Amino acid sequence: MIERSPVFDFVTYLAMALGALLVVIPFWITLVAGSQSLQEVSQVPISLLPSSHLFENLAAAWTRGDLGPKLINSFIVAIGVTVGKITLASLSAFAIVFFSFKARMLCFWLIFITLMLPLEVRIVPTYSIAANALLPFQVILDTLGITGLVQAVSGVQIALNWNLLNSYPGLILPLVATATGTFLYRQFFMTIPDELVEASKMDGASPLEFFWDVLLPLSRTNMLALATIMFVSSWNQYLWTLLVTTDRANFGTVVMQLKALIPAQNGTPDWNVTMAGALIIMLPPLLVVAFMQRWFVRGLISRDK
Amino acid sequence: MAQITIKGVKKNYAKTAVIHGVDVNIEAGEFVVILGPSGCGKSTLLRMIAGLEDITEGEISISGKVVNKLEPRERGCAMVFQNYALYPHMTVRKNIGYALKVAKVPKPERDERVMKVAESVSLVPFLDRRPGELSGGQRQRVAMARAMVREPKVFLFDEPFSNLDAKLRVAMRSEVRRLHRDLGVTSVFVTHDQTEAMTLADKLIIMNAGRVEQIGKPTEVYNNPASRFVADFIGSPAMNLFEGEFDAEGQFMHGTGGRFRVEQLNGVRAPGSKVVLGVRPESIRRTGADTHGAFPAIVDYVEELGASRLIHADANGSRIIALDTDSAELLSGTPVHLALADNSLHLFSIEDGRRITH
Repeated sequence: MIERSPVFDFVTYLAMALGALLVVIPFWITLVAGSQSLQEVSQVPISLLPSSHLFENLAAAWTRGDLGPKLINSFIVAIGVTVGKITLASLSAFAIVFFSFKARMLCFWLIFITLMLPLEVRIVPTYSIAANALLPFQVILDTLGITGLVQAVSGVQIALNWNLLNSYPGLILPLVATATGTFLYRQFFMTIPDELVEASKMDGASPLEFFWDVLLPLSRTNMLALATIMFVSSWNQYLWTLLVTTDRANFGTVVMQLKALIPAQNGTPDWNVTMAGALIIMLPPLLVVAFMQRWFVRGLISRDK
Repeated sequence: MAQITIKGVKKNYAKTAVIHGVDVNIEAGEFVVILGPSGCGKSTLLRMIAGLEDITEGEISISGKVVNKLEPRERGCAMVFQNYALYPHMTVRKNIGYALKVAKVPKPERDERVMKVAESVSLVPFLDRRPGELSGGQRQRVAMARAMVREPKVFLFDEPFSNLDAKLRVAMRSEVRRLHRDLGVTSVFVTHDQTEAMTLADKLIIMNAGRVEQIGKPTEVYNNPASRFVADFIGSPAMNLFEGEFDAEGQFMHGTGGRFRVEQLNGVRAPGSKVVLGVRPESIRRTGADTHGAFPAIVDYVEELGASRLIHADANGSRIIALDTDSAELLSGTPVHLALADNSLHLFSIEDGRRITH
C-alpha cells in the first residue's frame, strides 16, 4: 500500500520514532550507566549523558563476572546449538519434503505441534532425559521385561546411564530440535521445482548428493537467516543453562553471570559495573545481527531467483 | 545406440488410468516424436522411459534389458526438460559437468568433455555464467549440452522448446536435427506442436487419451490418418470432416441437403450408413460452376497467408475450408464453386472414428 499525504506521513513517522525510541532507550541507559562512576550512577535522577568511566567499569565487570571463560562457554553453546539446529532442521525438512514415506505427514505434524510447546513447558521431562540420556531405552527394556529376563539368565542387571548434566552436550543437545527451523526449511524446499529434483536424478545424483550440491547452496540465505535467529536465541538461553549446570564455575554462560553482576542486597550498589557487564554480554549477538542483517532480511522475505 | 521396446505399458495414478496399454518399438538410432494434445499421457510415457515414473503394468526395455526396476541413472538416458531445469547456483560449466562429477570422472577429463560439448552447441563464451544470465535459447542449449555430455544411449526431450519464441524454436529444431545426425543417438521427443513433430520425426507416435492412435512416418500419418482424431489433429489448417451418408448413386449427402460427387472410395460407399468424410483443405479447389463435381458454397471469410489463402465457406450448412492460390478478391457472402480433388478422400467410421479402408 502506497499512500502519500502530509498527515499520513506524520503519523507513520511518529509511530516509527516511538518504536525506535522504545527499543533504543533501554540500550542507551545501559550504555550511559555503564560509563558512569559509582557516584554518578547513584544520583537521582540519573544523568542521561555518558561519562568517562566506561573502560574501568568494563574491566571491573570482566573480573567480577569471570566473563572470559564464560564468554567461551557461551560461544561453544550458542554455536553448537546453531549448527545442530541447522543440521537437524535441514535434514528433517529434506526428509519431509522430498521423500514419500507413510509416516511423512505424521512426522511433520509431530514436529510442527512442538512449535506450541516451548522449553519451559517440557523442562521437567527434558531435565530427566538430560540426567540420563539413555533413560527412554531403559524404560523400554524394563517395560518389555528384557531387564528382568537378562538378570534372571545372566545375573547382570541392565542399568543404562548417560549423564549429560554439567557438560557441553547437556547444554547443547536438548536445544537443537527446532520446529521453527524445520518449518522454515520445509517452506523453502517446497519452492524447489520438481524438474530440478528430476534433473539431478537423471544426472545420477543420489539424494544426499542432491541435498549437498543443490539444496544447501540454494538455501544459503535461509540458512544464514536461521543461523542468526538461532544464535541470538541460544545465546540468550537462561533457564535451561541454569538448570542443567550445577558446576557454574566451569560450565556457566555469560547470561547466567548477569545475576552475579547484580549488586548484593547490602553491598555497594555499583550498577555501573553491572551495566558495563551487560554491555559486554549483549555485544556478540548484536554483532552477529549487524553482520548478518543483509542475509537475514533476504532469507526471511524474498527468494533468490 | 539403443533400441527401446515398450510392451503393454499402463499407468495409473491412484485409481485413475492415464495410459491404457501402449506398445511401441523404437529402433536404435531412430528419432521418434510422441505427439498429442495436453493430457494425452505423452509426457508420462516419456517419464516412464526415463525412470521418473513407476510403470504400473507392462514392460519397458532399453537395449533388450528390462528397466522397470532400474533407477534413472542406471538406464543410460539423458533428458532435456521443458523448463530447462538448470541448477541456478552453478555456472554453465558446472551445470554441464555435474553428471560427470557425480559419476566421479576425474577433473581433467571432465573439463575436456565439457569443453567439447560446449563447442558443439556454441556455448564456450558462456561457460562461466550462471543460467540466470542467459537467454532462453542459451539455457536450452545448456540443457542439451548437459544431456549430451554423458554420452547417453537415449535422449529424451520433454517439450523442450515450448518456452521459446517461434523463430528460436525453428533454429533449435534444426540444431536438434543436426545433433541427431551427428551423434545418431536414439531419441524420443515429446511435443504438442505438430509442425515440430512433422519436421523432426523419423517416426511419429500420435497419442490421445492414454492410447496410441497411430504410429508411422510423418508423411504416412499425414496421407493416411488412421482415425478421425489423427486426421483432425495433424495438418494445419485441420482436415475438413463432414458427417453424412452416401446415397444410392454414390453421392455423399451432408449438411442440409448438400451433395458431393465422389468418384473414388469404391467398395466402401455403402449407401444408407452414416460415416465421416475427410478432405484436406489443399484437396479442395475453387472451380467454375460447370466443372465436373463442382458444388456451390458461400464465402464466410478469407484468411490471407501471403502465398496462398484459406477460404472459409458454407456449403449447405457444412463448414468448409479450402486452400486457394488465386489472388482474386473474395468478399464475405460471395457465392463460389468448389470441387474435391481426386485420390485424397478419407472415410472414417462415425462410431469409433477408425479409418474405413478401401
